[in-house]
Amino acid sequence: MSILVNKNTKVICQGFTGKQGSFHSEQAIAYGTKMVGGVTPGKGGQTHLELPVFNTVRDAVRQTHAQATMIYVPAAFAADSILEAADAGIEVIVCITEGIPVLDMLNVKAALKANGAKLIGPNCPGIITSGECKIGIMPGVIHQKGKIGIVSRSGTLTYEAVHQTTQLGLGQSTCVGIGGDPIKGLDFIDCLQMFEADPQTEAVILVGEIGGNREEEAAEFIRSSMKKPVAAYIAGRTAPKGKRMGHAGAIIAGGAGTADAKIRALEAAGVVVAQSPAGLGQAVQAALAAR
Amino acid sequence: MNLHEYQAKQILRSGNINTPRGIVAASAEAAASAASELGGEAWVVKAQIHAGGRGKAGGVKLVRSVHEVRAMAETLLGIPLVTNQNAPDGQPVNQVLVEETLPIARELYLSMLVDRETERVAIVASAAGGMDIEEVAHAMPEKVLTETCDPLLGVQDFQCRALAFALELKGEAYKDFCRLLPQLYRVFVANDLSLLEINPLVVTSDNRMLPLDCKMSVDDNALYRRKALSELRDDSQIDAKEAAANAANVNYVALSGNIGCMVNGAGLAMATMDLIQLEGGTPANFLDVGGGATPETVAQGFKIILLDPNVRAVLINIFGGIVRCDVIAEGIIQAVKEVGVKVPVIVRLEGTNAELGRKLLGESGLAIIAAESLTHAAKRAVEAAA
Repeated sequence: MSILVNKNTKVICQGFTGKQGSFHSEQAIAYGTKMVGGVTPGKGGQTHLELPVFNTVRDAVRQTHAQATMIYVPAAFAADSILEAADAGIEVIVCITEGIPVLDMLNVKAALKANGAKLIGPNCPGIITSGECKIGIMPGVIHQKGKIGIVSRSGTLTYEAVHQTTQLGLGQSTCVGIGGDPIKGLDFIDCLQMFEADPQTEAVILVGEIGGNREEEAAEFIRSSMKKPVAAYIAGRTAPKGKRMGHAGAIIAGGAGTADAKIRALEAAGVVVAQSPAGLGQAVQAALAAR
Repeated sequence: MNLHEYQAKQILRSGNINTPRGIVAASAEAAASAASELGGEAWVVKAQIHAGGRGKAGGVKLVRSVHEVRAMAETLLGIPLVTNQNAPDGQPVNQVLVEETLPIARELYLSMLVDRETERVAIVASAAGGMDIEEVAHAMPEKVLTETCDPLLGVQDFQCRALAFALELKGEAYKDFCRLLPQLYRVFVANDLSLLEINPLVVTSDNRMLPLDCKMSVDDNALYRRKALSELRDDSQIDAKEAAANAANVNYVALSGNIGCMVNGAGLAMATMDLIQLEGGTPANFLDVGGGATPETVAQGFKIILLDPNVRAVLINIFGGIVRCDVIAEGIIQAVKEVGVKVPVIVRLEGTNAELGRKLLGESGLAIIAAESLTHAAKRAVEAAA
């Protein structure tokens, strides 16, 4: 078991024949992901990476029964690509693209509420179920099938968590990079809920950062609704107020969204919070041992 | 990206919203003739900088003669204005806005912003205008009124009425307000704003409503489709190093410490700063070279970091995913040779081809310290900068 995607998930790529789409589709296929085709408007009927190319997501779903998509189209067209995928009945939409205008994302989120599709991202590394299905830009080699679920707002910090849990022999069930934008698809609680219900996952690592209050909400959810142990790391203790730290969503606004407030909330909920990103592996090990 | 008040008011006017009459001036002479052109017996001279708190800092003055307008503009122009909301060395005043004065009966607060919690555009209003809204929210939360707009519908009339009643507006002011909100919402969306703040929004003694001040921020991600707005960028208002980073497409934020950082990924970059602090040092900056770092971006990163004279050591932390560490190592070697780095450089490489990258650094003959782990790297950087 795992969450959201597994070895049977049929995956397509939007922006399939572009540079990014081609490279990461090749990587996904090499990892063992069940890629069934891709979409590039105007190139329907062609073959790319030995897979069929379609003009529309609707065509792709009709012919391949795809369930998930990874989107590598430029920011100006990405919101439309998400809506196209949702309209075609895709269940899991992974949008890697960075830099989508925030007002476009407000519209997308409102439309998705009525549709029910699950969106991961945008501005994220994607999702991977170790040893089964890789949809995204993360390096496959550092992953190992195992028992830790990971949910993170940051790409490279996810890799740190993966690397350490692999080195400690714990491995990962599924890792979800939910992305660094303020308006995004799945959030911490959505993923925590799925990890709690997933038999393969024995403990969860949550990687958060400054900005917003979703870590605080996650802490409340962990306290009230989770039995599995959780470890966490929050980036940005030293970040100044009012400055956007790379990610569009990483900003301390009006004194709210600080790392310290998030750490306090998580600790109060019984989460083992690592002081350093280098301590994530040990933190989850400690959380497991405490049960 | 922030806009100046005079630019924001121009945008309001293009959305058919009434504003006080005003003329922007870049010299004392131009300010004086602006006052003559506007006519009247009193004017407000307002320093144009990308920061709040101008009034308390002496950047906004009421004057009663053209001579005084000229003198005030002379005092303000060309000198950095330090307020309680900007950096310690302030921001340069390159223009002043000369405006007519209005007979003010009441001062209100109104803003629109993208609210991440409700995932909607929120309208925030308060009867306590002219004050910092965060202070109002803290001291009198009941005075802060909020309505959020369904993105598919926009602001609705019932929401305008609800706010107008709560603000106790009557007659013409009530009507002006209910007309103003949908107009502002259209301006917000049509210009891809992330913030539109009017503080104060005034009710005049003849019961009309006008924005006395206006602050706008444009969503950086949307600038590609707002070409006219992107030309309003004013790099004189931001840190010179941050402006250089913008031009090079690198995410950089200047800080006050002495350890320069270069990291791939925003989260890891913040974590690296935190780790430096945990080891007893202070970071000089936040710098994310991006998930797809190349030798060129690494070289650019070095140049930007070294613009800061406080930097006594540089810590490079790369977790190679799609990016190969050997490629990054070559970029570092090339950059150190090219730029002539005189401070110790500590490098931590992990992930794809990390071994090979470390080997290249070791064989380069340059004074680069290859760290074994993240913690080790931070420790060495703190020692080197001490």
